[in-house]
Amino acid sequence: METTSTSAQAPPPADPADGRSATATAPVKGKAVRPGDKVFRGLSRGSGITLLVIMAAIAAFLAYRASIAVSKNSVNFLTAFEWNPQGDPPAFGIGVLAFGTVVSSLIAMVIAVPVAVGIALFVSHYAPRRLAAPLAYVIDLLAAVPSIIYGLWGALFLVPYLDGLTRWLDQFLGWTTVFEMSNPGSPARSIFTVGILLAIMVLPIITNVSREVFLQAPKMYEEAALALGATRWETIRTSVLPFGRSGIISASMLGLGRALGETMAVATVLSPGFLFSWHILDPGSGTFAQNIAAKFNEADDFGRDALIASGLVLFVITLLVNGAARWIIARRKEYSGANA
Amino acid sequence: MAKRIDVSGLTAFYGSHRAIDDISMSVEPRSVTAFIGPSGCGKSTFLRTLNRMHEVTPGGRVEGKVMLDDEDLYGAQVDPVSVRRTIGMVFQRPNPFPTMSIYDNVAAGLRLNGQKRKRDLDETVERSLKGANLWNEVKDRLNKPGSGLSGGQQQRLCIARAIAVQPQVLLMDEPCSALDPISTLAIEDLISELKSRFTIVIVTHNMQQAARVSDRTAFFNLAAVGEPGRLIEIDETERIFSNPSVQATEDYISGRFG
Repeated sequence: METTSTSAQAPPPADPADGRSATATAPVKGKAVRPGDKVFRGLSRGSGITLLVIMAAIAAFLAYRASIAVSKNSVNFLTAFEWNPQGDPPAFGIGVLAFGTVVSSLIAMVIAVPVAVGIALFVSHYAPRRLAAPLAYVIDLLAAVPSIIYGLWGALFLVPYLDGLTRWLDQFLGWTTVFEMSNPGSPARSIFTVGILLAIMVLPIITNVSREVFLQAPKMYEEAALALGATRWETIRTSVLPFGRSGIISASMLGLGRALGETMAVATVLSPGFLFSWHILDPGSGTFAQNIAAKFNEADDFGRDALIASGLVLFVITLLVNGAARWIIARRKEYSGANA
Repeated sequence: MAKRIDVSGLTAFYGSHRAIDDISMSVEPRSVTAFIGPSGCGKSTFLRTLNRMHEVTPGGRVEGKVMLDDEDLYGAQVDPVSVRRTIGMVFQRPNPFPTMSIYDNVAAGLRLNGQKRKRDLDETVERSLKGANLWNEVKDRLNKPGSGLSGGQQQRLCIARAIAVQPQVLLMDEPCSALDPISTLAIEDLISELKSRFTIVIVTHNMQQAARVSDRTAFFNLAAVGEPGRLIEIDETERIFSNPSVQATEDYISGRFG
């Protein structure tokens, strides 16, 4: 029915001389679908559905394999601080992994976001144009370095050279517990070092996205601020940063996503361990991705299922982070620059 | 508080391109001076040299002298930021800060000047909005975003924002070209009111508007595309529109070109 009416009506809408009755009935009978439209709609709808199917398949796979492992677990999967799926009975929990993953990513964010926003502002609003373009290129280059290279650099350069900083932190900020070192002088293969390394790794993505957003801040608002007698910084504060806020949040979330899932660099630097400790300078902790990479090869089928269960938790954490970001962006929609 | 402007030998560049050449004129205090002329004749560029906004554009450069009473705006010791605090500007497209409320938009300039006391701000915001004939329309929604207003209201909000800091001069760059006739009329009425307190310079493409609102009119023209714009003549508006002294002005006004 629909196909016949389509083929019959395809020409008339474009041709008013075709006769009144034909053109008059066309809008009543509904849409005249042109083949190009149809193909394109099919393609885009197909892509959308494919994405959903893939996501659902991943989630189902993770959930199924995870449930096998978790059902035989003898300790609380979410809170236990050990990883022994080969044991009898098997005992494994993600407490340390969740802590290590979240804390190292948070350290990375605390360091990277302000620096990245600063670089992005410098490139977009302060640097002379001759300097801005090469600088942007160098930042892009930073994103192209493979993560294993970062890992090697972290292990061979960062770890020995952070020794002084960690001792200093221990000496002067040790009373906070967080910066206390149980064994001063132990190599800095800690969550803290991983955080610094992750900060460098996520810097380019946050910088680039923020820079794009800052460049898109409409000139008319910057001129409005300048004409009111705003200094350069005041102009940025009144008409660039508010406009770019949701962009900065999105950029940070992209960076956080990468930091949460980073594997090779973390596995190269961190000395793994399953003892929970608030001391972020002490070696011996883990992240989800690092733990999976380290254990996957030697694990039996059940061990792999246990690792997959931990992967599912990472998946959920990432989902929550993205949801939170969307919520923050949506909350200030009325005032967002996108409505201008 | 309105001051006069004396411009002598002003030339403005975009990079190596000479946009306007050797312009000299005086702008009387407490009056409206209109700039008219075909597109590309440099009237907007010239306007932007009067509050040092021209140099914000990459490659923007100015030679010559602009005196605000007896102060040289391009003097070596002069900070362009303080020049822009003394000389307000309203743009072609209404540009209230989209992330700010109506109140915050008007208060933005005051806050930049370091005024923080809520009572003072409240007072000035109300006075400025009344001065821009907008108070009655927005007094119940001062905390709503300025971007929710109509185009004409937004433009009056921008005028309120500009006059809130008590400038000496108000520059308007085609303030009505994005507005419908009714909003345009509201702005024109407002300009007539404001000229008792400010020196106003307005760029317009609408010759009827220049004839309606201005006391003096300056006609700009350019010899050819790519050539710098020049000031052809400046005189009483009545005279420019009835009996200009230069033939090119008459041709332009009577619609024979441009």
